[in-house]
Amino acid sequence: MSAHLPALVVMAPLLAAVVVPLLGRRSPGAAHAVTLAALGFALAASSFLLSVVVANGVWRYAFAGWAPPWGIEYVLDPLSAGMMVLVSFLALATSIYAWSYLFASDPQRIGIFDSLYLLLVTGLLGIVATGDLFNLYVFLEISAIAAYALLSTGGERATVATFRYLLIGTVAASCYLLGVGFLYALTGTLNMADLTARLADVDDSTAKAAGIGLIVIGLAIKAALFPFHGWQPDVYTYAPPPVTGFVAAVMTKVSAYAIFRVLYFTLGGEPAAGSALVFLGWAGVIAILAGAWLALSQTDIRRMLAYSSVSQMGYIFFGFSLGSPIALVGALFHVLNHAVVKGCLFLVVGGVRWRTGASNVAEFVGMGRRLPLSMLAFAVAAVSLVGLPPTAGFFSKWYLLLGAFEAEAWIGVGAVVVSTGLSAVYFFRIFERAFVVTDDGLSSVRSNELPVGMLGPALVLAALVLLLGLFQQPLITHVLQRALPTAVS
Amino acid sequence: MDLALRPLAAVLVSLLAAVLLPLVGRRPTVRETITITAAILKLALVSSMLPAVLAGQGVKGASFALGMGLSLQFRVDALGLLFALTASSLWLLTSIYSIGYLRATTSTHQTSYYSAFAVCLSATVGIAFSGNLLTFFLCYEVLTLATYPLVVHGRTPEAQAAGRRYLVYTLAAGQALLVATVWAETLVPGSEFRPGGFLNSQTPSLTVWMLFVLFVVGCGVKAAIMPLHGWLPAAMVAPTPVSALLHAVAVVKAGVFGIVRMVGYVFGLDTLRATGADTVLIIFAVATILIASIRALGEDRLKRRLAYSTIGQLSYIVLGAAVGSVAALTGAMFHIAGHGFMKITMFFCAGTVHTQAHRDGVKGLDGLGRQMPVTMTAFAIGACGLAGLPLLAGFIAKWNLGVGAVEVDHLLLVGVLVVSGLLNVAYFFPILFDAFFRAPTSDVREAGWAMVLPLGVTAVVVLLLGVIPDFGLHFFTLARLAAESVVTGSGVLQ
Amino acid sequence: MRWPKCAVTDEMEGIWNSGTAEYFLTIVLLLVGLYGIVARQHFLRKLMAMNILQVAVIVFFITLSAKSGATVPVVIQDGHEINVASYVNPLPHALMLTAIVVSVSTTGVALALLIRIRRRYGTLSETILLAKLRE
Repeated sequence: MSAHLPALVVMAPLLAAVVVPLLGRRSPGAAHAVTLAALGFALAASSFLLSVVVANGVWRYAFAGWAPPWGIEYVLDPLSAGMMVLVSFLALATSIYAWSYLFASDPQRIGIFDSLYLLLVTGLLGIVATGDLFNLYVFLEISAIAAYALLSTGGERATVATFRYLLIGTVAASCYLLGVGFLYALTGTLNMADLTARLADVDDSTAKAAGIGLIVIGLAIKAALFPFHGWQPDVYTYAPPPVTGFVAAVMTKVSAYAIFRVLYFTLGGEPAAGSALVFLGWAGVIAILAGAWLALSQTDIRRMLAYSSVSQMGYIFFGFSLGSPIALVGALFHVLNHAVVKGCLFLVVGGVRWRTGASNVAEFVGMGRRLPLSMLAFAVAAVSLVGLPPTAGFFSKWYLLLGAFEAEAWIGVGAVVVSTGLSAVYFFRIFERAFVVTDDGLSSVRSNELPVGMLGPALVLAALVLLLGLFQQPLITHVLQRALPTAVS
Repeated sequence: MDLALRPLAAVLVSLLAAVLLPLVGRRPTVRETITITAAILKLALVSSMLPAVLAGQGVKGASFALGMGLSLQFRVDALGLLFALTASSLWLLTSIYSIGYLRATTSTHQTSYYSAFAVCLSATVGIAFSGNLLTFFLCYEVLTLATYPLVVHGRTPEAQAAGRRYLVYTLAAGQALLVATVWAETLVPGSEFRPGGFLNSQTPSLTVWMLFVLFVVGCGVKAAIMPLHGWLPAAMVAPTPVSALLHAVAVVKAGVFGIVRMVGYVFGLDTLRATGADTVLIIFAVATILIASIRALGEDRLKRRLAYSTIGQLSYIVLGAAVGSVAALTGAMFHIAGHGFMKITMFFCAGTVHTQAHRDGVKGLDGLGRQMPVTMTAFAIGACGLAGLPLLAGFIAKWNLGVGAVEVDHLLLVGVLVVSGLLNVAYFFPILFDAFFRAPTSDVREAGWAMVLPLGVTAVVVLLLGVIPDFGLHFFTLARLAAESVVTGSGVLQ
Repeated sequence: MRWPKCAVTDEMEGIWNSGTAEYFLTIVLLLVGLYGIVARQHFLRKLMAMNILQVAVIVFFITLSAKSGATVPVVIQDGHEINVASYVNPLPHALMLTAIVVSVSTTGVALALLIRIRRRYGTLSETILLAKLRE
């Protein structure tokens, strides 16, 4: 049984997704219990896989016994196993949150919501686990379709925003597929490992560069890298909080993972990959600045967080482009940090809106008194996003800066410093309103905290941010450093 | 407790208190008990390391490994122990004082106050005991964050504006310090503090200058070197115990401590003299001393006058570090403790005057010398000490600074010390005259024991340190040891 | 159909015979699709353009699999040696079956969204809808 664990981790949510809508009609509780069980299993199994992979090395699992490169295989190394743990952990946390949210608003729909959610998780786990380029496209589209459906449930404006995201996302996926087609035409294989070997024999040509370029552009659009980020603010603003909490935390990171995997592992030695990284680096630097700058002028806090995400993705791509071990570890650590932090922030903001209707920065006056624990989680997560000690965000920034200094990327250093200042401004603005400014009418307001189901995940994520900062040593030494391609480390 | 664990334990004990306090919540007695207990424990832990440091060995605390070869290191050397002893002993006294003050002013948000205070002290002791730049920077920024709730404690628009200003200054400085720290790390992996500096002589002059500027800006905001001092007078809007500890002891002293560490343990005096950076620092320090003293004359509110006095006094420490001879460094480091006790006495007094007489101005303190004898006597002791009158703590520091300046032929600086001493007298004397030689205007009673006891203790300490500089916690010996190790390039932090 | 003889058309004939014309078709369809998505106001037209874009990719893959003179890749009799050159490459066809399914599912979701939008806002014009979004 445990020999098939890699497949089971991806399949469990899929199977649950089939069962849940049927249960949901009779009993929303049973449906959600199955969802949580499936996600819990995914988390437990991926943690186990991570420990196995860290101890023993790469695990290649061939589906249905068909040997690669003709069969599809799952490749589990510390990087992909680590990403699986991240995805399933955030999925579980958000699912617990979603129960409180949905049960209050629309219990009948829980079955359908959970089903789509499980499909989304399947897609993301598949992207992370797979070792085949076309399989990646399939899972990319599975997660995308489920995401489109989920994101549009946030109301009428969400539908419009999601439709536009659908168009852009499909263009991105088609672009990726076309790129895969180019590389297939040149080498005849779709398996990532096999491709590396065969591509080395193919002469550099426009077709090769075009193929690599198309793959990178397709995934970059999905990752909302500047200037392809246009879809993100609207989508994150109008989608329902449990969905935003998960999508904002994980989807773009998984696309970033895919770029990392393709550029560093599959296309490691290619000059076109090097040029792609240079492009990504510059786009990243611009994203760092542009995202922070645009976030400053937003009044709706969700839109502000969306632009902040653009900025943070810029950090990750900047780190990827630097290429040294410390920069890559910093970028990967930032992936982890940003996923946890953004998840926490969106969950809290969604909860605040649900409780009090406030979604503008100006409406956060006195929020620290009304929802003290939620705002505490928000504060910790925001401090990590700004990059102040002792949170994980500080350390990821530290590693990135060390890498930037070593590579003498002074513009990048300047961008990081400036954006830290800008993000401090727009977050401390909120702290001021929430904790410091007093309204006369509020002196008698008692605390009206979020229910435990919503507050718990937010606090756990906030605590995780602090723990990751202080106890990062085992994580970095055993997982992140081993996640780097051998050519780099 | 094992010696190696004590530095970290000293840092963490108040952090533990900070976490417990919100859980305890609304019960004032429990809150205060936890704070006082933590303060006593911290002082005990810190002073327990005195023997090892005085013997010349220092304490090498446990390292805390992070990823990629980086680590947090805690080391206790003479300079660090000096700072930590000052901070912990004054925290104990301030906590007792706070109890009286907050009860007298019926302040709200007391739990967050005590909790944030505890975190500040953790960060301060962390700064004192940090063994490399990464640890230093980490604790430095935590201090910034933890002091913000204290600055905005009053929740008034004025407090809010002061808090905002504080953040702008300190976070910007934090970024400069971040760039400097990362740069230093790439030049010398590990960036551990070493007496005599760890940047070796091969570092190009331009790099040294740029790093110097970044470090001075980074630490200089907290050290209130002009023109980076703008946040300090505004921050006086905070409650007096906050002003007392943080802006007389913890925050600003962390800044000057950073400057001393940077001069002595990162760059080294030789490097600074070779590039001429020490002259720049001397110029800024002198300018700050003189301008701040003159500005103090123009301030009408007592706490703001004290703030400008602080700004001037801090630059004595910067000056001593920049001059760099053994005596000057000794004087500067001793002043970290001496000024701490003197200034806190004066802030305590300002606080009791505020609660008892409801007066915040410099004028109008007529007759308080008779009505609040303990308070005003202590104030007088503090003021004379700051002016540098003999038999008080301030004289020791000034004397050593003067001797040190003469040792390196900076005779002009002796003149600066004299002039600033006179200015000190000029802006404190009128207050003392009003208090002791004018008739009282209204009925005022002395404050309760919770407030009077701490200020009495600190005033007595100022007296004792002036007569026996090495009294009690051996501040003078520690300063001397640290100064010698910096100048000779040898010592504990190897 | 025979083009009239001249130098240009000889080249064109060469292109047609060498199989590069299909790649031009791919490019044309891609551009049409992109143009439609970007320039058209009506959401349904955008959707149709998106479909055309997806078809372009499908055409590309199918073109990869074609070989001149080759037949359908079904083995009739076992045991005979398989001459690879005489069978069309089946893999891209299989891949494109998946891609077509993806395209259909995406279109289905998109149409469901459009129905919702039409019901709520009464229009499918992008300019009007974006204005409403920003309100």
